[in-house]
Amino acid sequence: MVDVVLQNIKKAFGDVEVIKGVDLHIEDREFAVFVGPSGCGKSTLLRMIAGLESISDGDLMIDGQRVNDLSPAERGIAMVFQTYALYPHMTVRDNMGFSLRLAKLPKAEIERKVNEAARILKLEPLLDRKPKALSGGQRQRVAIGRAIVRNPKVFLFDEPLSNLDAALRVQMRIEIARMHSDFDATMIYVTHDQVEAMTMANKIVVLQGGVIEQVGSPLELYHHPRNRFVAGFIGSPTMNFIDTQVQNVQAESVTVSLPGGGSVTAPVKDRGLKVGDKITLGVRPEHLLESGGDGQIQGKVLVVERLGGATYIYAQIEGNQTLTAEIDGNSPVKVNDAVTLGLSGATCHLFTTDGLALEQAARHPLAAIDRGHSVAH
Amino acid sequence: MTTLANQQMTAKPAKNTREIDTRPLLWPSVIVLFLWMIVPLAMTLYFSVIRYNLLNPMLTGFAGLENYTFLFEDPALWTSLWNTLVLVGSVLIITVVFGTLFAVLYNAEFHGRGVARLLVIAPFFVMPTVSALVWKNMLMHPVNGLFAWLQSLVGMEPTDWFTNYPMLSVIVIVSWQWVPFAFLILLTAIQSLDQEQKEAARIDGAGPVDMFFHIVLPHLNRAISVVIMIETIFLLTIFAEIYVTTSGGPGTATTNLAWLIYSVGLLQFDVGYASAGGVIAVVLANIVAIFLVRTVSRNLQQG
Repeated sequence: MVDVVLQNIKKAFGDVEVIKGVDLHIEDREFAVFVGPSGCGKSTLLRMIAGLESISDGDLMIDGQRVNDLSPAERGIAMVFQTYALYPHMTVRDNMGFSLRLAKLPKAEIERKVNEAARILKLEPLLDRKPKALSGGQRQRVAIGRAIVRNPKVFLFDEPLSNLDAALRVQMRIEIARMHSDFDATMIYVTHDQVEAMTMANKIVVLQGGVIEQVGSPLELYHHPRNRFVAGFIGSPTMNFIDTQVQNVQAESVTVSLPGGGSVTAPVKDRGLKVGDKITLGVRPEHLLESGGDGQIQGKVLVVERLGGATYIYAQIEGNQTLTAEIDGNSPVKVNDAVTLGLSGATCHLFTTDGLALEQAARHPLAAIDRGHSVAH
Repeated sequence: MTTLANQQMTAKPAKNTREIDTRPLLWPSVIVLFLWMIVPLAMTLYFSVIRYNLLNPMLTGFAGLENYTFLFEDPALWTSLWNTLVLVGSVLIITVVFGTLFAVLYNAEFHGRGVARLLVIAPFFVMPTVSALVWKNMLMHPVNGLFAWLQSLVGMEPTDWFTNYPMLSVIVIVSWQWVPFAFLILLTAIQSLDQEQKEAARIDGAGPVDMFFHIVLPHLNRAISVVIMIETIFLLTIFAEIYVTTSGGPGTATTNLAWLIYSVGLLQFDVGYASAGGVIAVVLANIVAIFLVRTVSRNLQQG
């Protein structure tokens, strides 16, 4: 049982506080992903867990032990860096065996562990090469191998895939996910790429400005964002936000007006709203319909992006606002066409002026689902 | 060295897509450089095979290999070669060791680092004669020197450095001048060490000592070979420090090849004999240079 617990963790550089009190419980064998925009503190937080940055305040517990003052090597963690950080003058074999050599393990033992890791990662033919003779993906694998041989309690990944090309990134994503289910290890993964976060995580931690915005499963964050920031950060293209007003308030639903005169009723729990209150309606591009829906918005197409399977349209609507919609790839829509975009109440999110979301009346059935341990078997 | 430079020039691929042949534009500098090298070399070679003594104008004529025969029979030649080797070798070891240690030390963050770095580099700006005089008269002087004063404080007999430890004294002075050079090169090299690599090593459990030997030193490998190469070329011709302090003595204790040639040519006025020594020096320097350049270039290509 290896869980990682952060209790009111803070980090200050001089007077500047970059991590402002983080409480987080990462459970045993969980794949936690820290995600957020640049400068949100996700990498700093990871480096604090690794022991590369000191902790200004709070407690960090790994496996029930307070590790604030332990050196990185004593924490039972292994880290994979964005730039791989391989030792250029050592062969792949020596790179992977370095930590074991420092720990003064017998030669045969080192050999056995390195070979085992090389077998898992299919690095056997490359063991006697130097890092510069390897491709990016191979270097990444060596870096992972270096982590595996230490048999750590917790794996830490600092944006490990950002230096790879798109195809390799998908492949490595699958390999890391498979590694997670094979090793049954606790993993913490930092990325700015929300696709990586959505596909790999059991638990996504969305950070902004040194505080946690929301913690939850990928689909929980997608369907039940706690606030406007999370709603905008998760999902691609970004959620549309329309400034509007409350038209009617019932027990388990709120009706808001739409630009152009229509209205839509979202099944959300009221939080003391009054008719006429300002409110922000959020709807994802993939939930806008080309026809039908509970409410309609008229607009004029500004830009059409055809991806083949789907088409993104950017439409101008009343009030000089722009809506992004994901529609069928076979739609013949053209620039300057008039479109009527429909939205259904169930897929609407409402945000009050303080940015907080109104809670959905019903939980999405998949919100609690796990990534599952059979992803790539 | 010349042959090597020529090789590089011819090895350049003729990827000239322009209409005009630009190679003639190189000729002025090539010609100047060639004359710069060949005229002194030719004159030295010529002087080394004639009888040419400034004190005896009557002594003339072709000498054949007489000058060389005398030279090789002269025990001073072998002593001077050994002294050159000792001087160059010791200074190289001292400067590389201290240069590396200082580079590691002054790469760490501390208050006033900029000033401290400047002070370490400062000896390099002092010209050799001046630094030799400073060491001779203010530090190592048996009566006025700082060392003598320190020794007297603890009741010791002051040491007459240049009489009792002449070679050691010269080595100390020259090292003092060349540590800054090694430091400067190695500091810039150490700064280019990837931080994430050091962090990875920390996670792998490397303490400061492991870090130095397994990460920092291998990283400095190339820079150290550059330092060794450049320093060797300069150290083979050390002259001013010896001229100012020991004048090659006592006896031939600090006579290196450069000083031997000087003393034969300009103290004993035997130009022919000195020229023969000069030719030996050129040959030796080229042998060393070829070996060094080969090793270093191989090292640089590997890294």
